[in-house]
Amino acid sequence: MKSAVIVFPGSNCDRDAHDAIEKVTGHAPAMVWHQQSELPEGTEFVMIPGGFSYGDYLRCGAMASRSAIMPAIVAHAATGAPVLGVCNGFQILTESGLLPGALMRNAGLKFVCEKAKLKVENANTRFTSRYEGGAELVVPIAHHDGNYFADETTLDRIEGEGQVVFRYGNNPNGSARDIAGITNEQGNVLGLMPHPERAVDEKHGGTDGLKLFESLLGSA
Amino acid sequence: MKAKIHVYLKPGVLDPQGAAVAGALHNMGYDEVTDARQGKLIELDLAGEDVDQARARVDEMCRKLLSNPVIESYSIELE
Repeated sequence: MKSAVIVFPGSNCDRDAHDAIEKVTGHAPAMVWHQQSELPEGTEFVMIPGGFSYGDYLRCGAMASRSAIMPAIVAHAATGAPVLGVCNGFQILTESGLLPGALMRNAGLKFVCEKAKLKVENANTRFTSRYEGGAELVVPIAHHDGNYFADETTLDRIEGEGQVVFRYGNNPNGSARDIAGITNEQGNVLGLMPHPERAVDEKHGGTDGLKLFESLLGSA
Repeated sequence: MKAKIHVYLKPGVLDPQGAAVAGALHNMGYDEVTDARQGKLIELDLAGEDVDQARARVDEMCRKLLSNPVIESYSIELE
């Protein structure tokens, strides 16, 4: 599968994303600067990495979600192609309207950097098909604004549609209903705060994120 | 012309920073504070004289970038 990693000023997980994709696919992804207005020809999988795009000014992900590359990503997502946003990438996806809800300041007001326990809530997605439903994972988190918010109607709807894909075992940030990761209604756009790309090698201290990338590759 | 835009969290959206501010004020003895909400003030300097057009354009800026309608409301003052 031909992949692209989007790079914004302030992205800092772009090389981790690159290495995780290369490890699983055997092919290095294209690194796409945010001021480009088109994805490389033939791109299938787009990953928006973590970091602090635009210094988190105004709102996390707000400025990045209005950058030149975003209309191409929105159009790409509309074709049903897979798009993954991790951490700041998740914030950018909610700010762009590709995913419902918003990510607010952590309820404890502190930056949290730890290994988070996660539960695979829906293993029937193209991002999670290699996991067992209900599987418990340990994946690193590192964020200040990961407190997932949506109104009750939206929460009920996404729960009902199986769009809640990952839930925290031990809610670290105040997220509504312990939500750690969600997809869009069509299931081809996933956003999550934990960093699966930082858990793909024994040297990372764990490989629980690997199956996410393997699920995607398998569905190509 | 100057536009002052207040961006604030919608009612019902939890505001952990506002709650921390209220807690700190209580610790300082300001017991009359029953709630605190923290927002943003954004000031724009605008070229042009047409107030109606300016208001419409600033409103569009608020919807497109300066506020997130999922969690925030805004108000605009022109002077």
